[in-house]
Amino acid sequence: MNLEFSSEEIAFRNEVRAFIEANYPAHLKGKGLREDLSKEDFLAWHKILGKKGWSAPAWPTEYGGTGWTATQRYIWLEENARAETVPPLPFGVSMVGPVIYTFGTPEQKQRFLPGIRLGEVWWAQGYSEPGAGSDLASLKTKAVREGDHYIVNGQKTWTTLGQYADWGFFLVRTDSSGKPQEGISFLLIDMKSPGVSVRPIKLLDGGYEVNDVFLDNVKVPVDQRIYEENKGWTCAKFLLAHERAGIAGVARSKRNVEKLKSIAKSELGGDGKPLSEDEDFRRKLAELEIDLSALEMTELRVLAREHAGKGPGPESSLLKVKGTEIQQRLTELTLEAVGNYAQPYFRDFPKDGANAFPIGPDYAHHAAPIYFNWRKASIYGGSNEIQRNIIAKMVLGL
Amino acid sequence: MNFDYTDEQNMLRDSIAKWAAAEYDFDKRRAALAAEDGWKKNWATFAELGLLAAPLPEEYGGLGGSAIDVSVVMEEFGKALVVEPYVSTAVIGANALKYAGSTAQKGERLNAIAAGDCIVAFAQAEPKSRWALNDVSTSAKKDGAGYVLNGQKAVVIGAPQACHLLVSARTAGSQREAKGVSLFLIPKNVKGVTTRDYPTMDGTRAAEVYFENVALGGEHMLGPADAAMGVIERIVDDANAAYMSEAVGAMRMMCSLTQEYCKTRKQFGRAIGEFQVLQHRMVDMFMAAEESASMALLATLKLDAVDAERAKAVSAAKVSIGKASRFIGQAAVQTHGGMGVTDEMRVGHYFKRVTMLDSTLGNVDHHLKRYMALSAKAA
Repeated sequence: MNLEFSSEEIAFRNEVRAFIEANYPAHLKGKGLREDLSKEDFLAWHKILGKKGWSAPAWPTEYGGTGWTATQRYIWLEENARAETVPPLPFGVSMVGPVIYTFGTPEQKQRFLPGIRLGEVWWAQGYSEPGAGSDLASLKTKAVREGDHYIVNGQKTWTTLGQYADWGFFLVRTDSSGKPQEGISFLLIDMKSPGVSVRPIKLLDGGYEVNDVFLDNVKVPVDQRIYEENKGWTCAKFLLAHERAGIAGVARSKRNVEKLKSIAKSELGGDGKPLSEDEDFRRKLAELEIDLSALEMTELRVLAREHAGKGPGPESSLLKVKGTEIQQRLTELTLEAVGNYAQPYFRDFPKDGANAFPIGPDYAHHAAPIYFNWRKASIYGGSNEIQRNIIAKMVLGL
Repeated sequence: MNFDYTDEQNMLRDSIAKWAAAEYDFDKRRAALAAEDGWKKNWATFAELGLLAAPLPEEYGGLGGSAIDVSVVMEEFGKALVVEPYVSTAVIGANALKYAGSTAQKGERLNAIAAGDCIVAFAQAEPKSRWALNDVSTSAKKDGAGYVLNGQKAVVIGAPQACHLLVSARTAGSQREAKGVSLFLIPKNVKGVTTRDYPTMDGTRAAEVYFENVALGGEHMLGPADAAMGVIERIVDDANAAYMSEAVGAMRMMCSLTQEYCKTRKQFGRAIGEFQVLQHRMVDMFMAAEESASMALLATLKLDAVDAERAKAVSAAKVSIGKASRFIGQAAVQTHGGMGVTDEMRVGHYFKRVTMLDSTLGNVDHHLKRYMALSAKAA
């Protein structure tokens, strides 16, 4: 057992770093901090990686995965965080992709996996409903079989970036007679189907990131159902475990710690000395870094086990809870660091030209919106309360 | 010792609550925020209800009330999420005049404030000063009988609506010296003053204020030259006490909104308020709000004590309330689930407001340091 990279791993890191430097689109650098990203922006890096064969490292090689070791995947995430790339969105590559290659028919794999891998098709998640959040299995969106189709009616919510989606994966009720978990099916729905409408929801940071999705007599071919009818809960849980495992965001948090340190060097504390020399601030930053190390080592241990052949288990709930708590503390400390200039609200101001509004330092402009926005992290992907329930039940046997 | 509010104070509280319910509900507030002059009607109502006159001296058009009256107004404002610049006008502006103004200055400005004809903004913070009141680079250089003002002030709350600016400027000494700072009360429309207005995260309005060779007559100075720090410390403590009462109102609303939500929101076949983990969280929120109310009251009641005692009480309360409002805000949003982060739910707006209040006139760390320094001095 050791923590050092081998010479092969160092060579791999250098290869990855050089590839990112040579191929990451220059116009995307830092763009997400200046303005909302467009659909094309979100997909640009994904498409480049798709061509290179690096867009879905965790997939089995037969479906286009890279066959990298857990260490190589770790290096991959580190290097992307270092370069602050806009990573492939999780909905296709990390969520529905694994469900399709695990539970889908050969035809379904052939039909859907390449588009996901190459970044040609944008996927959205149709899980939560207004009445079914933490209690996901109580979902009511109904799919009624008519010949070789389902007719789907209902409402989904919190569909992240669904306003751009080409396809969506939906949990629908196909049987109401037994236990709620036993009457759910997993459907892939073309978002252009008649009867699908999407309504963006404004969040408290002023942005539009999630959506309501309304399904009104939407006709869905039966061959777009993954796995057996009424067995969709198996796919749902499998997908959630995958979602959680990726949510910890250790590499990105490490990057954000570095950014916070550089902010602290620019900001002055009350006595005219940089904030980076302020004892109270340094202590909070150090404690955050220490907790991040603990999370990182824990994630590496969990990933190592996963690589030994087991998929992400209930331990992934631990990564979700700790990872999102650290992300939120980072946004909180960044907010503190920027002082008064956290207050101006810039979203509606012009970004360029004579009317542009450069008030206060650039790094301060997003501190408050990001702090407010990231409250979502302890809610989405199964709230942290639900994650604790999972650990209590599945890990501790309570 | 007596913790009772007077009949007048209870009436004041009721009149604000009644007004807010009728004229400042969530939708009307939103519409007023979106309109350029949406605040004007509300400001006129504040004058009618006597809210502006309440803490002002009777000889200058006021009702002769106290900081307790202000705390009553502010707690109700906190519940209704009022964003109009009441504190900068009726607390900071009016108290600066009260403590340091000449009879002529008081006669002219206080009457106007009481009548609702004058809004004051406090141009104190600077781009690099953080919350250090003594860190003043804006300069006022003696020029004959008057002064010439140059510099920039940052995030000046209420400046877009203001007719007058209360400005801290250096008339002597080096950048961080306490001695050498003076206060000026100047009309916003004098030559050489420009503002860049913007909304803040919580719907308040603020501006960056720039002074370029602003020629001021000596009559614009408030109090003696070079010696304004005592008054500045005092009015900032007054303002913080007021803002803390506002935070208490906002925290109480977040507690009650969360409790209501938990009683009606059903998951797993029952109201989520039946889950013990959420019950305990709501109890913690309640306890934090109650302690905050206590600390806001302590700070308010100590405002007339000797300087060190007053300052310690205010900073202690700022620390306590800053922590409590962060905890309650985060917990309230979390307990609302996805709904908590939407713009359509009120809870998130309270959360934004208390977050911004923490970074107004000194955050938790700032006031913890101030408290420790004051304690060390006393020992």
